[in-house]
Amino acid sequence: MGIEIPPFVVFFIGAAIALISRRALLSIVGVAVPIISAALLTLSNSPDAHLETSIVGLQLVLFSPDKLNLVFGYVFHIAALLGGIFAWRVKNPIHQAATLAYAGSALGAVFCGDLVTLFLFWELMAFTSAFLVWCGGTRNSVQAGSRYLIIQIVSGLLLLVGAVLHYESTGSLEFTHIGLTGAASTLIFIAFGIKCAFPLLHNWLTDAYPESTPAGTVFLSAFTTKVAVYALARGFAGTEALVYIGMIMTCFPIFYAVIENDLRRVLAYSMINQIGFMVCGIGIGTELAINGAVAHAFNDVIFKGLLMMSMGAVLYRTGKMNGSDLGGLYKSMPKTATLCIVGAASISAFPLFSGFVSKSMVMSAALYEGYPVVWIALLFASAGVFHHAGIKIPFFAFFAHDSGIRVKEAPTSMLIAMGIAAVLCVGIGSFPQYLYNLLPYETDYTPYDATHVLAQIQLLLFSALAFVWLKLSGIYPPELRSMNIDAEWVYRRGLPVIGRYSTSVVQTGIEKTYSVLIALVRRLFLAINHISGRESKLAEEWTVDLTVAVVIFLFAIFAFFLIAA
Amino acid sequence: MSMKQKYASKNSQPRATGLRVILRWFYVACAVVVLLDFVIHRHITHPWESLLFFYCVFGFVACVLLVVVAKWMRKPLMRNEDYYDGN
Repeated sequence: MGIEIPPFVVFFIGAAIALISRRALLSIVGVAVPIISAALLTLSNSPDAHLETSIVGLQLVLFSPDKLNLVFGYVFHIAALLGGIFAWRVKNPIHQAATLAYAGSALGAVFCGDLVTLFLFWELMAFTSAFLVWCGGTRNSVQAGSRYLIIQIVSGLLLLVGAVLHYESTGSLEFTHIGLTGAASTLIFIAFGIKCAFPLLHNWLTDAYPESTPAGTVFLSAFTTKVAVYALARGFAGTEALVYIGMIMTCFPIFYAVIENDLRRVLAYSMINQIGFMVCGIGIGTELAINGAVAHAFNDVIFKGLLMMSMGAVLYRTGKMNGSDLGGLYKSMPKTATLCIVGAASISAFPLFSGFVSKSMVMSAALYEGYPVVWIALLFASAGVFHHAGIKIPFFAFFAHDSGIRVKEAPTSMLIAMGIAAVLCVGIGSFPQYLYNLLPYETDYTPYDATHVLAQIQLLLFSALAFVWLKLSGIYPPELRSMNIDAEWVYRRGLPVIGRYSTSVVQTGIEKTYSVLIALVRRLFLAINHISGRESKLAEEWTVDLTVAVVIFLFAIFAFFLIAA
Repeated sequence: MSMKQKYASKNSQPRATGLRVILRWFYVACAVVVLLDFVIHRHITHPWESLLFFYCVFGFVACVLLVVVAKWMRKPLMRNEDYYDGN
């Protein structure tokens, strides 16, 4: 038996302390909490570690570690620590408290054992992370944060309704394999899908993440989507639909990434591409594929964090994030540039860098399990990711044309955070067995054989050659101050326009009906007036004789009917 | 805009000697990995992998395709930065 304090408790206490802390203490809390929590997690990491509580008759499992969620637990601690170091200079207690509460909620979500607790942490994650977007402080970040929060809450509500229906049909709230079978599971699947940025449900990510603070985006990129990947891995492993959803996710965002100007938005699109590999692996569902998906999630948290940190450092120093405004920064920020290139090599899956040892597992699994089309698509996406994340990000920020911007190198705290992430990228890439030992299934996978290494190097070098050729021949599209419409158009433009149009249609409709009714009533009154008004025939004075004659006539008809009846 | 075009045209030619040296080494590296295809015998899972220079050709074509299609996508999709602010 170990000490059973779930990580989220430590993080929530840390968040509360951060709220009332100032200056140095604020920075120390951000770094100390992940370290303390990681130490406690290692101590309590025994197979029988388990924590339950009962609220209004519901048995809630708050802490139930196993092989699958521990991997996520470890990497979330690493992410929180790196983020805490990176955010050393942030002196905003709300920002700091939000990061800790957000990381704690993510840890709560992966370690809980039932759907209701999952829902609670799911919504807490949405709420706390929205603060990080709002902390961006611009009009855009306030609006994007609000849109983000609404979509996240919708995802949570779908999860709740799905969980209730699931409970009705199975009598259990335990969060275990669900499988895509009926209405309940479909709702839960869509709830996970929204957080996982499935195609058409993905724009909250590209909308909100680039609007956060330099440090906020680092945290955002680590947790929400990876919790969703974990949830899919637990609930929907082997669901074939995921193979194709994942395939689409790897392919379509890279086109947007090529023409996107905001470099953090480029990384947001590339994030969907990377999650696509994980979703695909979960869909294939074999031990190799699940291992690959989980390992890739682990690596992605670190290398995407590194890339986001390097862009955050650029934003922190220059105040700019558009490819069209940046360039030539390697002269001012050589260390940041170097560390960014390490992240770029990792996401591109160069041999000896972390992406290589995990992505190749998913791709091998796709081939072994008879998905050749999916394999080709993943290969295309692999070449593409090198192009837009591996080359584009460092190239347009640090090289390309000299923007003339001269700034100081990134602050030491940021360099330390990026340095640790870079060491982890190279360390995992060079000694993958340490990562493999953490994975849910035993594996004897060897990424480093001549075939794999040569194939990957050929793919990457010739992708780079394509970039060089396109750039030198002037075909490569220039970075332009612009934005590109995506699925979000539906709710940011389409629906509001339809809403306004239909409101006006309904309004004129009501007005027209009203006026027609009034006209009818007017006519009716006119008609009545015509028949019985003062000017009408009926209103003329009758003589006594005529009146008597008419009355007798009416009586006669009446008497006739009486007799006849 | 004209400034940007000037920059673009200026940088589309590798003037700097440093860049020229890097590119030369890069071309050498590309040539080496192509030649390695003859030396290293790969065990294959998919029949396409046995095609000569499969990964080289695939990587190059995939990226050219990616960029050309993405560039074309700009026509229907690109808007001003404040496109949504008009609401």
